[in-house]
Amino acid sequence: MNVGAEIQQAFVVCISAVFTQNILLAYFLGLCPFIGVSREIKTAFGLGLAVIFVLTATVMLNWLAYRYVLEPLGLEFFRFILFIIIIAAFVQFTEMAIERFSPFLYQKLGVFLPLITVNCAILGASLFMVIRNYSFIVTIGWGLGSGTGWFLAIMAMAGIRQRLAHERIPRGLQGPGITLIIAGLMALAFIGFTGVLQGR
Amino acid sequence: MVLSILISVLVVSSIGGGLAALLVVSEHYLANYGPCDVTINDDKKLTIQGGKNLLSVLTEQKIFIPSACGGRGTCGLCKLKVLEGAGDLLPTEEPYLDQQERASNVRLSCQVKVRNNLRIEIPSELLSLQEYACRCAKIVDLTHDIKLFRLELVEPAEMSYIPGQYVQLLTPVYEKSSEEVYRAYSIASDPSEKGFIDLIIRLVPGGICTTYCFEYLKEGDDVKINGPYGDFRLSQTEAPMIFIAGGSGMAPIKCILHHMKNTNNPRKAVYYFGANRVDELFLTDEMRQFESELAAFRYVPVVARPEEGQNWDGQTGLVTEAVAREMENAADSEAYLCGSPGMIDAAIKVLIDLGVTEDKIYYDKFA
Repeated sequence: MNVGAEIQQAFVVCISAVFTQNILLAYFLGLCPFIGVSREIKTAFGLGLAVIFVLTATVMLNWLAYRYVLEPLGLEFFRFILFIIIIAAFVQFTEMAIERFSPFLYQKLGVFLPLITVNCAILGASLFMVIRNYSFIVTIGWGLGSGTGWFLAIMAMAGIRQRLAHERIPRGLQGPGITLIIAGLMALAFIGFTGVLQGR
Repeated sequence: MVLSILISVLVVSSIGGGLAALLVVSEHYLANYGPCDVTINDDKKLTIQGGKNLLSVLTEQKIFIPSACGGRGTCGLCKLKVLEGAGDLLPTEEPYLDQQERASNVRLSCQVKVRNNLRIEIPSELLSLQEYACRCAKIVDLTHDIKLFRLELVEPAEMSYIPGQYVQLLTPVYEKSSEEVYRAYSIASDPSEKGFIDLIIRLVPGGICTTYCFEYLKEGDDVKINGPYGDFRLSQTEAPMIFIAGGSGMAPIKCILHHMKNTNNPRKAVYYFGANRVDELFLTDEMRQFESELAAFRYVPVVARPEEGQNWDGQTGLVTEAVAREMENAADSEAYLCGSPGMIDAAIKVLIDLGVTEDKIYYDKFA
């Protein structure tokens, strides 16, 4: 496949990862911070950006590690351990660097990094990339799209929850209860995108 | 086969090791903020290596701040006042802090990084939560199955606690128990006797800790306690009080009475103490003493089944029956209960019938 076709495919995968195969609303990965940190748009925005960044960067790193280390040695089964190690180390390193060099960026984005080190959406995206046999360029589109999809979902949720803050919600449903119900409704709404794109 | 196992172990450990080394090196250069001073309540100064979050720094120094999520910023319990040096409020903290808290510099200690000198404020009850090495100074038989254990604080030599609070007593490994266990006992001592903690303990047949205390612990032995814990305490109002206790539930009430005496508290109070038999009443002389020393205190011992020839002319029946009999309307009163769950539940029922509102009933249930 030439580069032009690959870029085209990356674009399709990216768009489908945002809408039809949203990592949060279609696969329900990364729910913990989605419920925990979606009370305000401002915080959700920071966390969402952090997820886009970490997700895109780690799928690329993991792709390289998988293709050039695990595959040649026939150690594909080690990908779970290796991916987690790489993600954790990358997040730690990035946090330290941001904290040291840019207090502004740390304030906006860095503080969220430890929250998503162990986020299953991050690991999930890397594992999907292996299962689906994406090339490097397509992987970039996939990472970017998955992160953006997660960002979109948490922003929508935070907007809804900010409006709900002043509504009278039955006591038993307050907090995570109503959030999960809304997440379910959002997932149903996202099914509406299915026909738009048939991404791989 | 062996070769491939070796290769896989080698590859994974070298990648893991390499990344770990990279992190250690970068931590050394990037996250090294040098020594920082943390001043607590303008009194105690800790000098620590900067770079970690405040919660873990304090935990390392054995200052325990409540936290349920382990420092991930999702429970909002580890709030502390950081007066200087914390920098701007982080977006991870915002959802957990209301306007008033923000105005008074409350922060989530798990999110605040120590990068420079900090001035912080920790509520004194959290600061005083620690382990105390003690010596068992005296053991007094109160009834056939209740003893008073007087512990002399050795290190630290004093404990500041609020009357009504409890401590946890460590039972070491001994003949009948292969593991260390902690059990909670209310403090019964006079708070003005700084260096001592009295515990009133009833023997629980087969109980790990009480068996140890009754059969193995001797005067002069070393014991360990930690605390103080609990929010059972005197309210700051003028309302008349009803104390109801049974058995070793005497302990926190006794402590509160000492405190009332020490602070010349003039509040009206009546104390119903229940026992099964006349010889199960204890510390009666001390309680009578309080009657003469406190402004408006009355002690009412209640014996469930007085035996023939014991010459009992006081209240009889269950302690709750005596309360119902004596009291007519207690709508303006507060109630303080300590005893078995059964006794507490019965007492709450009686008190509500007498007009005490539920939020004015404070209790310490033995679990």
